[in-house]
Parts: sequence; structure tokens; C-alpha cells
Amino acid sequence: MIHSLFLINCSGDIFLEKHWKSVVSQSVCDYFFEAQEKAADVENVPPVISTPHHYLISIYRDKLFFVSVIQTEVPPLFVIEFLHRVADTFQDYFGECSEAAIKDNVVIVYELLEEMLDNGFPLATESNILKELIKPPTILRSVVNSITGSSNVGDTLPTGQLSNIPWRRAGVKYTNNEAYFDVVEEIDAIIDKSGSTVFAEIQGVIDACIKLSGMPDLSLSFMNPRLLDDVSFHPCIRFKRWESERVLSFIPPDGNFRLISYRVSSQNLVAIPVYVKHSISFKENSSCGRFDITIGPKQNMGKTIEGITVTVHMPKVVLNMNLTPTQGSYTFDPVTKVQSPKIRSEQVFLQSSFCDLGTWEDRGKGLISWLKLKLLTT
Amino acid sequence: MTVGKDVSALFPDVVNCMQTDNLELKKLVYLYLMNYAKSQPDMAIMAVNTFVKDCEDPNPLIRALAVRTMGCIRVDKITEYLCEPLRKCLKDEDPYVRKTAAVCVAKLHDINAQLVEDQGFLDTLKDLISDSNPMVVANAVAALSEIAESHPSSNLLDLNPQSINKLLTALNECTEWGQIFILDCLANYTPKDDREAQSICERVTPRLSHANSAVVLSAVKVLMKFMEMLSKDLDYYGTLLKKLAPPLVTLLSAEPELQYVALRNINLIVQKRPEVLKHEMKVFFVKYNDPIYVKLEKLDIMIRLASQANIAQVLAELKEYATEVDVDFVRKAVRAIGRCAIKVEQSAERCVSTLLDLIQTKVNYVVQEAIVVIKDIFRKYPNKYESVIATLCENLDSLDEPEARAAMIWIVGEYAERIDNADELLESFLEGFHDESTQVQLQLLTAIVKLFLKKPTETQELVQQVLSLATQDSDNPDLRDRGYIYWRLLSTDPVAAKEVVLAEKPLISEETDLIEPTLLDELICYIGTLASVYHKPPSAFVEGGRGVVHKSLPPRTASSESTESPETAPAGAPPGEQLDAVPTQGDLLGDLLNLDLGPPVSGPPLAASAVQMGAVDLLGGGLDSLMGDEPEGIGAPSFVAPPAAAVPANLGAPMGSGLSDLFDLTSGVGTLSGSYVAPKARLRSGFGHTEASLSRAAPAVGHPEAGTPGRPGRVLLLIPRLTWSSPGGPGRCGPSESPLQVWLPAMKAKGLEISGTFTRQAGTISMDLQLTNKALQVMTDFAIQFNRNSFGLAPAAPLQVHAPLSPTQTVEISLPLSTAGSVMKTEPLNSLQVAVKNNIDVFYFSTLYPLHILFVEDGKMDRQMFLATWKDIPNENEAQFQIRDCPLNAEAVSSRLQSSNIFTVARRNVEGQDMLYQSLKLTNGIWVLAELRIQPGNPSFTLSLKCRAPEVSQHVYQAYETILKN
Repeated sequence: MIHSLFLINCSGDIFLEKHWKSVVSQSVCDYFFEAQEKAADVENVPPVISTPHHYLISIYRDKLFFVSVIQTEVPPLFVIEFLHRVADTFQDYFGECSEAAIKDNVVIVYELLEEMLDNGFPLATESNILKELIKPPTILRSVVNSITGSSNVGDTLPTGQLSNIPWRRAGVKYTNNEAYFDVVEEIDAIIDKSGSTVFAEIQGVIDACIKLSGMPDLSLSFMNPRLLDDVSFHPCIRFKRWESERVLSFIPPDGNFRLISYRVSSQNLVAIPVYVKHSISFKENSSCGRFDITIGPKQNMGKTIEGITVTVHMPKVVLNMNLTPTQGSYTFDPVTKVQSPKIRSEQVFLQSSFCDLGTWEDRGKGLISWLKLKLLTT
Repeated sequence: MTVGKDVSALFPDVVNCMQTDNLELKKLVYLYLMNYAKSQPDMAIMAVNTFVKDCEDPNPLIRALAVRTMGCIRVDKITEYLCEPLRKCLKDEDPYVRKTAAVCVAKLHDINAQLVEDQGFLDTLKDLISDSNPMVVANAVAALSEIAESHPSSNLLDLNPQSINKLLTALNECTEWGQIFILDCLANYTPKDDREAQSICERVTPRLSHANSAVVLSAVKVLMKFMEMLSKDLDYYGTLLKKLAPPLVTLLSAEPELQYVALRNINLIVQKRPEVLKHEMKVFFVKYNDPIYVKLEKLDIMIRLASQANIAQVLAELKEYATEVDVDFVRKAVRAIGRCAIKVEQSAERCVSTLLDLIQTKVNYVVQEAIVVIKDIFRKYPNKYESVIATLCENLDSLDEPEARAAMIWIVGEYAERIDNADELLESFLEGFHDESTQVQLQLLTAIVKLFLKKPTETQELVQQVLSLATQDSDNPDLRDRGYIYWRLLSTDPVAAKEVVLAEKPLISEETDLIEPTLLDELICYIGTLASVYHKPPSAFVEGGRGVVHKSLPPRTASSESTESPETAPAGAPPGEQLDAVPTQGDLLGDLLNLDLGPPVSGPPLAASAVQMGAVDLLGGGLDSLMGDEPEGIGAPSFVAPPAAAVPANLGAPMGSGLSDLFDLTSGVGTLSGSYVAPKARLRSGFGHTEASLSRAAPAVGHPEAGTPGRPGRVLLLIPRLTWSSPGGPGRCGPSESPLQVWLPAMKAKGLEISGTFTRQAGTISMDLQLTNKALQVMTDFAIQFNRNSFGLAPAAPLQVHAPLSPTQTVEISLPLSTAGSVMKTEPLNSLQVAVKNNIDVFYFSTLYPLHILFVEDGKMDRQMFLATWKDIPNENEAQFQIRDCPLNAEAVSSRLQSSNIFTVARRNVEGQDMLYQSLKLTNGIWVLAELRIQPGNPSFTLSLKCRAPEVSQHVYQAYETILKN
């Protein structure tokens, strides 16, 4: 099971360590640094590294490495999932999962880690339960605490912990009962030169924010549930009901959570609400070129589109570019080679000429750039 | 936490704060204690009192906290005080406390295993598996699994249908982490039959929709393992296959780290059951922002899934990847194109043109990689794409990696007759011979010899030069030996040399880097664990080999009464079967010699193409058969004799004398085990090596007079390996008695070698065993047990070995068999799985018994009855066979068959042919009716068999063959 956890920032400092069993020396992280050096890019550090006596399983989140040390045969996915859960919890508690936030709240961090894992076995990872055990820091609470001398640590056993619905705490009361659902879909698509779709796949999630009193039992049904190719559920969803009736029936946790995530694969028709046309040309005998991209809403969708953000990742050889969007504002970051115009309304034509000082051989490999669109539909 | 400062000096002060009511303070004090108790063991005792008091606190949170913290204090003195509170907490009324206490037992076990066993905590823990609260069950399972890991032999997790049922109930209700523990535990269970397996699968399937990917993968593991037991034509099997794919695909949309682990596992799943994901090719297309480690894995899976249907798409993708920037990725993409060409024949044309396009880019590493794969394509499709050689030759100068150079040299040598300036090209390589790597040197040597054989006139000088470079100036034994062999071959018999060096090559197969099936089966049991990420069994990397239990997939039909533990299963591959595949000697000799490809086809050391595997396996198998031929193989020295007798018979008389001369050399050397193990050991070291040693061996056999003066040791090491092709043939003891077969070679059974045979005499079946102790220690306490089999064979008496078996001693035992054992149909029908135990270990092997030992004495059918039965059995149950080369006449046949309980009911003469109508009965009461047609003067007989159970016909036919030809 999980032996120890090291938090390492981007510059390679181990700024926090926690051992659940015997102490493992920091020097074990040298193997990690070695792999990091080899990988060149921070994202490319392999997640499972073996060392003579231990295995290091790491994740990279928010510019921090969470490196866990294990000694026996453990399912690596279990470790990785857990590490992501730790990062999520920090995010939840401190608003951000950064080195500064962790250092500011070091006591709470240790209390949390202690509560989440016991001897390598996960103990309480549901944010609702954790929040009952250890209250999140707020300015108001710290003022109250310093006056009354009370602490951030809850002193009774969280009620939900052992019930059949461990995700929900009992005795929730709201004056305004409300529930919100966000449907976020990410379409992964390859669009060819003429603007037609080569491949498209939807990764979607439904995030919920539920503020309801008592023990509400909700059902949510879809117009066409057959579209969903695969779903993964929050444990609160009754699987039997879904199997038989295709209805999501659940007692929700309190607060924010991800209800389901789903996938609509390319076999189904994935309609992209915008059209994208692009062209790229190189000037003969010079290291410059021109890259045009046109984005506009598809007429037949009948949905309005707002808040389009275009992010284009240019290859590393691109040194500089001049951008002229027909609408909105733009930025170009020479370090990450990202140009990102922000566009508010409907159609946009973006013209950018770029200076590429790389050799011809590099360019021969093609200028591979990708773009990310962010938009809201209503 | 203390920024590296040692604050242990504050220990007494901190301990004083322990008895506070403030929970936060208490927690922090506990945290401090955990960190510093070890450095202040004496003072830590001061804390014990408070712990014990806290364990009785009315607040369950505090009770749990206390017992949890105590377990984390790794001081021996404290653990003694921990026992009482822990016992109380394990029986606490609050489930939260119980579940914490369950984990604490595991902690304590880690510190002091003996104490835990003495205090009986393990039993309490086992009781907790039946707890009413699912969370407690999950933690108890987790704790037991962890303890069991350090005690692989102990039977802690005693899984039976009742406890499985409890686990499955708890599975639905416990937390996600608990589900992982329970699923992992379920995966160790071997269901009794396919019905049970199916019902477990049904209850596990909902877990595939869990949001936690670790739960999903653990569920996949359980399903993959239990699916093995379900019959393939079951509806449910198909449904299950369909259900597996979507969750696996969904795993790929998770964070990159999760994707990586998922992909490594999918790689295994795709190899085991390609049908699961065959339609999902597109999801493995590389995304622009995937980390490199994910990209490489996806590429691997794409090739595995490539088929005729999707090859166009795949190639287009691969071509795109080959223009990427990342060098490693580009290389692998180019390689992938080559592998596609080999895997999907229809695409070869397109692949080659794609590769040529890539070569035109002149990007150095792309060109090199492309040349390496084109060489493989040549080997797969000879005489098809040689037109591209010219293009390849243009890039000769840019090659700087050994593998690419070796590949290019191989191409030049192989197609020397088509390349006008082949000699110049090779000569240019020869200039820097000493600076080349071994791989290139070996290849260069072979290529130049090939060139010489093809164009002897103008290249004599060149071949002289390379031979002297290889034999005189090199200190690499492989290179030197190969040089000597070529030299001698060329000097003694150029024609033979041509036959050997330029012989037809076996085509390479597509499955170049599939994982060995046995390893794959083991790895399937480890889905989701580190082993699956490394694609190695845990025994290969888990530290100290502690806690390593070999797991294996359950057999498809329900396994025997092996509820004891999953380890009893691996009686899988019957060693005897290897013998069936031995081809004729001439072919294989040529094949072996022509594996001279030099570099291994690709990457991982475990990977070996089917051809290579085949070759080495055959050698191993052949050795087995050799040893089986030897009636009383007592120890090493006597091993030498039978091959000496067997080989000349095969190679023909003229060589006999020379060979026996060589064998004479061996008589003084007793290194049987050394030579025996060799082929297997060499397999690991890669292709080039095996091939080198084989080509060395060949001339030594073919041209004994050439000899290898001064190095007898090497020759004798090689010869046994080439004598494999005499399975059974000479060296048989007599016609009535079948020869002993080696069922369990010594090296697989820690020195115990078992050979044996089956006989039937006067109505009793017996298994004649010969046990030889080839270990250095005395063996005692023998026992034998059979797995359930088709005819219920079981030992009728215990295995009686009266005295301990001392080293090199052999004992012969005749074990009477009964047919009263439990029956289960096996595949093949006549296979028998046997477990033999001695004081050292338990060993498993499996063997095939001849069916005629089961023919009973009262198998003669009445004439009328015969006629009625013959008509009664439907015609589709009739099977016809040919028995060839049997010189006997009808009388002799009849009498010989009668002695083996095949009775002639009637005999007729129809149109000059003798028709024998015969009947026999098996021990389980199955009647088999036979019609044997014998034409005088024709040694081929026609045998028609009719039986209500048509599956036995094949084996009855084999029995006929054996009886008539002995």
C-alpha cells in the first residue's frame, strides 16, 4: 500500500513529505529527478518509476508533482486515483492546489493526509466527510477560532461515514433549495482543410451543485439516453435503475460533485456547432509563413454561441507572430507558443503571419499546430 | 513538516499535552508521536496510558484515533500494550472503530508477525469478513490481503462460495477503495464451475460503470479471469465481451497517468482477447497533447489491432506520426509501419511505398529505422519488393547505428546477385571491421560468405580477408566460431556450404513481439497491478521474491477439486505435446541454420518470433524425447549412449563412424544438466546468439571429419541439441512394451525426473513410473494425485517408495490405477494431469495415455447385437481412417488386436478384400464398433469406426495404429 508521499514543485524542491508507515528517506526522490531530467518536458515524466527497493508513482497536477512511494505490489491505478483525490481535496479546501496554498495551510494538510489514508489504506476521501472532520479554513472561522479557542477539527464521528450513503451528511438544511447541473462537453475532432469533420468524439460530464435539505431522492432522465456509449457514475447513482429504465436515480451528495461522465463515440453522429476553416502557407525561400483560420457558427444548429476563445498552439520553432483578428482581443505568449484571441460574437477571421527561424529540415516535418475552442451554447 | 529540524527534544512536553480535550491538539500530538516515538522509545512508554484510556473513550472517533495511532508507533515495547485495547476495538460496537482496528492488525503484523498470530488476531480478522457492515468487510479483506502477501503459503483468505457471497454483497455497498480490495480478492478465487463463474461475473459487471478507474480495472481483471471458464458459445460470453469494451475506452479519457496504466493493461487484454476492442481502433489514435509515454503505448496497441479492415486508416495515421518531432516516437512509428506490412499482407505494398517516401525525407533516424523494417519485410515477402534495393543503397553512407548497418549488410548479402557492386559495398564496410559492433561484424561475415557463394570468382580475396579478420584478429568467441565454421564448410565442401548458407529461409511471422502465451495468461491474472505495467510476472521484480504466488487462469472446463488454492491449476501445457510438432529433420536443420538474420527482429528481450520459439522448443522437446528413449537413464554419464545410437540411424550410415567418434569424446564428461539447460538459457539471450550457436553446431554434425581439435567440450555440448529428431524411432525397448517417456524433466522439478508409461495386464491398468533423483539432496515422502480426467483414472494404491531416494538413484514403481475416480472431460480426451509431491515441493505435469489401456476384457459383442448396434448408430458418427504401412495379414491383425482386447466379431471376404468386424468396450462402458478393410498385398488398411461418443474415435484409431505397428 501507499508508503509515503512527497510533494515536489517545478524547481525540484521537496516541500512536503508524509509517511504513513516507516520513514522513507528523501533520497528516493533522486530516481524521480533522474527520470524528470530524462523526460525533458515536465508532462512527459513516466508515471511509474521503479527503483531498487521502491516504486514511485507520480502525477503532475497544477505544476506540482505528487510522488508516492510504494513497496509492494499495489494496483497503480489505485495509487494514481488516490493522488488525484488528494489534489482535488486540496483544491476544494484551499481554492487552489499550489505550493503557496499548501505551505500556508500546512497543519490542515497534514491533518487531511492523516485522515485520508491509514497505513496505506484510504480512510475517508469523500469531501463531505472530510469537511465534517476537518473544517475548511475561512477567514471568518479563523477569527472565531482565535476568539473562542475552538478548533477546525470536528469532534464527532461524521454521520455519513458508515451509512449506506457515505457521500451525504445528515441534517443538511437550506432556506433556498436549489440544484444546478452543468453539462460540459468536450469534442475531440479532426477537421480537414475543407472544413469537414474527419473524426469527432464527445467526452461529456455532468457536474452538479446540489443544495437541498434533508435526504432528497432525485431522478434525471435523458431525451435520448441511447446516445451515450459509455458512462461512469458517481457512486450515488443506482445502477439497477439505469440498467433497466435508463433513468438516473440518486440521493445526491451535498454541494459540488461530478454526477456522471459519458462518452459519445465517433460511430454516432457528432455535430459540431461551429465550422472551422484554415489555411497555412509558407513563403518561398524565407522562414515566414501565413496561417489563416475562420470560425463561425453553423446556421442549422439553431443555438446561439457565445464566449468563443481560440487557443492555437504553435510549434516550438515559431519565434514570433503578428496577429490580426477581425474581432476581439488576442495575446501571444512567446514561451509556450500559444496565441489566444478572445472573441465575443459570431464570426471571426484570424490572420496571423508567423516568423519561423528554424531550418528547412525542421519545417519539412510540417507545422503541427492545434487549436482549442472554448464556447458556450445556450 | 518541521522543515528538517529535529524537535525530538520536546518529547516529554508534547506528551504532556496528550490528555487534552481539544481534538485538533490531540491529533497533532499523535502526529508528533508517530514521527518521534521511534527515536525516544523509552519515553514513548509514557504515552501508553493515555492511549489505553482513549481506547475506552465514549466517543468512537477518539477510540478509533487512539487505536489507529498506536499501530503507527513502531516501538516493540508499545506493541505489547496494544494487544488488549486492539482486541476490544475489534469487537467494538461501532463499525467505524472495528474497521480502523482491522487495519491496525495489518500494521501490527508488519511490526511483529509472531505476536499477531499468537494473540489470535488473524482469526478475529477472518470473522470480520462476515461483519454486517460492508466497510468493515472491505477493510478486513484489505488487511488480510496485505498479511497474506507476506505469507504466500498461509491460507488466510479462505475463499469458499459462502464467503464469496458475502464479499459480493459487501461489494455493492462499500466505498470505492473497499471495492478495489474486494475485487482484487475475488480475482484470486477459482470458481467451481462455469455457472458460479457466470453468477460472479454478473454481479461484478455493474462495477464497470464506476467513476473510479481503479475499480473499473479491478472489475475487468475479475471478468477477464472468470471469462476463461465460460464456454465461448454461451450468449452471456458475447454480452460480456461487449460490455468490456466501453469502460476500457473510457479509461482513455482520464488523466494521462491513468491512461498510461490503462493502456499497458489494454495491451495485455488485446493480446488475450483481440475481439474485445477490434472495432475501437480510432480511440487509440494519438492525440496532439498526449505525453510521450502515452503515445508510445497507443502506437503499440494500434499495431495489435491492425487488420485488413482498418489498415488504410492506420497507415495514414502512422505516416502522419512519422513526420512528428519527437525522435523516439517517430522511430516507433516507422517501425510500426513495417510491422503492419508484416501483419496485414494486403497492406504490404502500401507500407513499402510509405517507407520509401520516408526514406526520401533523408532525415537520418527515419531512414535508418526504415531500412531496419524493410529488411523484415523482405524476409516476410521474398522476391516481391527487391526493386527498392537501389534506393536503399543510396543511403548507405548515412547509416551510423549498428542495427541499421547490420540490416543493410544483410540486405546486400542476401541479394548480392542483384546488386552489381555488392562486393564494393561490403568491402567498404570491411575497412572499419574492428570498430563495428558485434552485431554488424557477424552480419558482415555472413553476408560476405553469401556473396562468395553467389559470385565465387571475383570475391575470393574478400572472403579470405573477412575470415581471417573474424578468426584471427577478433576476441569475440561467437564471431570466431562462426568464422571457423564457415571456413571449414567452404574448404571441405562448397556445395554443402551453399546448401547450408543459402538455403530457403522460413518466413518470419507477424507475431514478433507478442508476449509468450503462458506469461500472458499469468499477467492477465495481474491486470491492474504493477506486474501489468511492467509486463513481467511479479516474481521477476518484487523484492526478495516475498509474497510471490504464481497465479494462472482457470481452465475452461471447471477444474478439479482444487478449492485448496489457486496454485494447483498450473498443470497447463502438457510437455508431451511438444513432440507432436517435430518436423522432418532435413527441413528443420535448414531452418535452424537459416535463421541467420543477425539482429533480433525487434525490441524486448522476451520477444521471440514464432519461428524462433518453435526452434528452441523443439530442441527442448527433442531432448525430452531422447531422454525418454533411454530405458534406464540413471545419471549424467549414461545419457551419452542412446543419442550415439540414435543419431546415425537418422543421418545415414556413412556418417555413423565419424559421429560416434565425436560421441566418444563425450564419455568422460558428466555435464548433462549443463547441456540440457543450454537451449532454454540461450533463448533469453536473444536471437543472434541462438542462431550463432546453431550454425556452429551444424557443420560439426554434417562433417565430423572436420572435427574441432582442441575443443571437444564445445562440440559435445552442441550435438545433443541436434539429435532431437528421433522421437520414438530407434531405441525402443520392444514391440510389446511402449517406451518410457520423460514426463517431468529434472530441471522443472528441482531435480526429480519422472518418466513412465501405461500398461494394461490381466485387466489391471498400471502406470509404470521411473523416478530419478538428479538433485543433490535425498528425496522422501512421495505421493501422487491425479486431476479429474475423462475416464476417471485414479491411483488405486498410494505411491510406495520404500526407501528415501538418494542422489542419482533411480527407482521403478508400478502404480496400479483404477477407473473409479471422478470424471471430467479433458481436452484432449486422453490427457492426464498429475501432481507428484515429495519433501521438496509439489510438481505438476500432464501426459497423454494411450486409449488401449482402457479396453476391457469383456468387449466382445454378440453378432446379432453388433449388427443391430451398427445400424442403430447414426451415420454421422462414423469416422474413417487409414492405417498405412502395416505388413500384417488379416489373421495376424486379428490376433494381435485380440491381445489388446479388440475382438473380431465376424470376418467376411468381399471382392478379394478381408473385412474384419470388431468391437471393443471402454472402461466407462462405451462400445466402439469397427470395420477394418484389408486388401491382400496392400499395406494400407481402411478403418471405419462407429461409436455413440464420436470424440473417442480419433483416439481409438491411434490405439489401433500403436498396436498394429508395435
